[in-house]
Amino acid sequence: MTVYLLRRLLQSLLVLVAMSVIVFVGVYAVGDPVEILISPDADQFERERAIRALGLDLPLWQQYLVFVKNALQGDLGRSFVFSEPALQLILQKMPATMELAFGAMFISILIGLPLGLYAGLKPESPGAKVIMAGSILGFSLPTFWVGLMLIMVFAVQLGWLPSTGRGETLYGWSFLTANGLSHLLLPAINLALFKISLVIRLTRSGVRETMLMDYVKFARAKGLSPARVTYVHVFKNILIPVVTVVGLELGSTIAFSVVTESVFAWPGMGKLIIDSINVLDRPVIVAYLLIIVLMFIVINLVVDILYSVLDPRVRLEGQA
Amino acid sequence: MSDVTLDKAPVAPREETPFRRFVSEFMSSKIAVGGLLVFLVIVVVALLAPWIAPQNPYDLGQIDIMDGRLEPGEVGASGITHWLGTDDQGRDMLSGIMYGLRISLTVGAGSALIACLVGASLGLLAAYAGGRTDTVIMRLVDLQLSFPTILAALMILAFLGKGIMNVVIALVIVEWAYYARTVRGSALVERRREYIEAAQCLALPTRRILFRHLLPNCLPPLIVVGTIQVARAIALEATLSFLGLGVPITEPSLGLLIANGYEYMLSGKYWISFYPGVALLVTIVSINLMGDHLRDVLNPRLKK
Amino acid sequence: MTATLEVCDLKTHFFTRAGVVKAVDGVSFTVGRGKVLGLVGESGSGKSVTGFSIIGLVDPPGRVVGGQILFQGRDLAKISEEEMRQLRGNRIAMIFQDPMMTLNPVLRVDTQMIETVLAHEKVDRESARQRARDALGMVGIPSPEERLKSYPHQFSGGMRQRVAIAIALLHRPELIIADEPTTALDVTIQGQILAEVQKLAANTGTSLIWITHDLSVVAGLADDIAVMYAGRIVEEGQVSNVLDAPLHPYTVGLIGSVPSRNKRGEPLRQIPGMTPSLLNLPAGCAFRSRCARADEVCLKEPALFDLRPGQRARCFHPHLEEVAA
Ligand SMILES: Nc1ncnc2c1ncn2[C@@H]1O[C@H](COP(=O)(O)OP(=O)(O)OP(=O)(O)O)[C@@H](O)[C@H]1O
Ligand code: SF4
Ligand SMILES: [Mg+2]
Repeated sequence: MTVYLLRRLLQSLLVLVAMSVIVFVGVYAVGDPVEILISPDADQFERERAIRALGLDLPLWQQYLVFVKNALQGDLGRSFVFSEPALQLILQKMPATMELAFGAMFISILIGLPLGLYAGLKPESPGAKVIMAGSILGFSLPTFWVGLMLIMVFAVQLGWLPSTGRGETLYGWSFLTANGLSHLLLPAINLALFKISLVIRLTRSGVRETMLMDYVKFARAKGLSPARVTYVHVFKNILIPVVTVVGLELGSTIAFSVVTESVFAWPGMGKLIIDSINVLDRPVIVAYLLIIVLMFIVINLVVDILYSVLDPRVRLEGQA
Repeated sequence: MSDVTLDKAPVAPREETPFRRFVSEFMSSKIAVGGLLVFLVIVVVALLAPWIAPQNPYDLGQIDIMDGRLEPGEVGASGITHWLGTDDQGRDMLSGIMYGLRISLTVGAGSALIACLVGASLGLLAAYAGGRTDTVIMRLVDLQLSFPTILAALMILAFLGKGIMNVVIALVIVEWAYYARTVRGSALVERRREYIEAAQCLALPTRRILFRHLLPNCLPPLIVVGTIQVARAIALEATLSFLGLGVPITEPSLGLLIANGYEYMLSGKYWISFYPGVALLVTIVSINLMGDHLRDVLNPRLKK
Repeated sequence: MTATLEVCDLKTHFFTRAGVVKAVDGVSFTVGRGKVLGLVGESGSGKSVTGFSIIGLVDPPGRVVGGQILFQGRDLAKISEEEMRQLRGNRIAMIFQDPMMTLNPVLRVDTQMIETVLAHEKVDRESARQRARDALGMVGIPSPEERLKSYPHQFSGGMRQRVAIAIALLHRPELIIADEPTTALDVTIQGQILAEVQKLAANTGTSLIWITHDLSVVAGLADDIAVMYAGRIVEEGQVSNVLDAPLHPYTVGLIGSVPSRNKRGEPLRQIPGMTPSLLNLPAGCAFRSRCARADEVCLKEPALFDLRPGQRARCFHPHLEEVAA
């Protein structure tokens, strides 16, 4: 177990190093680092000083070491636009993104599970066919366009929900106030759309597989009511894998929040990165990428470890 | 099924080739055929845009800023009826969409094709060379697939900057791995088949084994993945362009058209965003409907 | 008095895309109170489908299309689903073939037992739990109180089958259908479970349908035997009669292929050929293609002839002349 953990940790570290090299090369080798890292408004003197401070006169591998050293100390440069440390800027925006992502995951389970359950229990019914066709749409519709349509219908035409911003927050969270919650609803639904389709499909195939299991037939042979068979025996079996998969999707939900945040002007990390790319605020871009990569690696690592704890076969493989 | 052929004389039994069987199986789904027809119409419209569009939206001589934001159905100063309205510059939306389709389809199909070439070659190489080459390529594939496409594309465009070529590069980089994985998977299966061994015994050149024996057998799954990836590429390009990271203003794809209408949407002028979005949607859904059915037809496991 | 179960001309068909599979096609038998009926036949002969038909659990595309299932005089083929549910697990219980698959892996054993009690009786949870514990003790599971809190994967296969049997016994049913309950277990555990079931049946007056393809199990356990082939009963009678002097060529072949009943040194006789596809079964005797005695007469459908007292067989050329070895 320990050996497996260590090896897994080492692998993650390697990926992180690889990604940092890619980002580094992207910034320093593909573009002109002077242009990338120093504000275009800086005058000649400032430029010279910055070049020396950043070590841009050193050979590339030394520059990388400096970059890593700074990064390890939490220094990923300062934003040109906000003149704040890039890292701090991103961390400030993180709660908004997390709130959106978790809201979307919650909604996807809330809507996807019942629909998938229905489609799995009555696969031949017209309702099930509509649900499955809808899930194909959910997979094919571009998120940003659906977001626009949501705004058009619910914010502009019906005027039920606000279209932009986070609304009132309490301790920095929108979902704690009624106003904030109304702001959260549309973006969260928008971001959830793809995941809803995913949950519907997972649930449906899970239900159909589970219904064929002997233990479900045995439960019926015991004379249990159909409701108890469905909601206890079948449902409990599919709940675990579905929730696990949705949890696994956290990383990609955060990544896709870039689009939703732009559509709904949701002030999270995603909106920040798009704005930064548009004004070429490169230190923020670099910091965002590194943080996202780190996040992904951590999520993957945690999932792997959880699996190895839960599934004895993985554990044995690791020891061998 | 059988009542469809009522008035036709029984067709003389023709030789049953895999291709014919494929065609007839594909035609068996009305939805898939519908998708194909819609898609063909879209392609024709895009190809013929310069001749059939009411207006050339990029010829400044033809547009009049006074026609800006006309509602669908209104007649502009030049006497053209703008069935889908006009945008803020006074451009006819219908024409804009026809021209936009050209760019969306070109970028989508072009990047999918290049990604397919790159990915399939690497996948074949991995399967055939095995060993360290295989490991390195598949590690790259895993790495690529573990990051959401939008993120990878964003990263690449952040470094490269906007532009059609850069979008294509980004799309190729995020998509090649799907092809590589698919081709490697089926090539590994085919490789074990006897005829490959036989070909090797005859000391045929590697290239010949690859392209005459392996590739034809990897083709069905490749077609399935390719179809779906074209739809994904079009959607991704639209998303990137919407975010302002994709195509430049001078070559507006559907995504950019939608982005242009975004600010007017809040004031109820929905059509500037809505209709390009519908065009995008219909394109993607028609491709996906074909892809969904192709997967059923070409997947050997589903065949009885 | 009426028999516990009387099945008359039961027909259960599966309406598949490829055609109608007549998995059970005109099966009749009777199980008396406290009696054990052994239902034997090779794989695919329709034994399980017969069992599921009785308990009303034939899944689509299958359907009971004809016949009567008289349980204590009541026709189960006619009653509503809710009435059937009230009988299932209560008056009629079933034990499945694979103990590894019959218990729900994500529910604790006590949950799965208590819910069975509560499905049929309005008692409080504590007394339901008490019943569950007693039932576990009855099938020989040590320290039942602690075992109740376990999950199925913490039990061995034999233990799981005991739990399944305990669940079947919770309501002291009049009829238990045991579908090859010991096939997946090793021989010693098989023996133990058989002995216990026999004891329980004798003590409680429960009738048993014991489905198996293992004739040696039937020999020691059953009172009567019914041999199934391709959805029909081809021979039935008292166990001693049928096993000692089989009439139908298929039964003869079946007995010949049991190792313990062969003389030493004699090669094991196999029945040649395979079970025919139940789709488009040709007219006439279904065993014809594998039967050494087949002739033109067998192109007609044989009826179940009364050939000896208490022994019937569906054959035109039965092994009447032979005397048991
Ligand atoms: N869901 C189904 N669809 C179609 N045919 C089925 C279905 N279930 C069972 N059958 C058919 O019914 C026949 C009888 O099956 P059954 O399970 O009763 O056999 P069995 O005698 O119990 O065999 P085994 O010893 O393998 O358990 C089989 O030939 C099978 O083809
Ligand atoms: S009826 Fe004919 S074919 Fe059938 S078992 Fe008897 S002898 Fe064999
Ligand atoms: Mg069976």
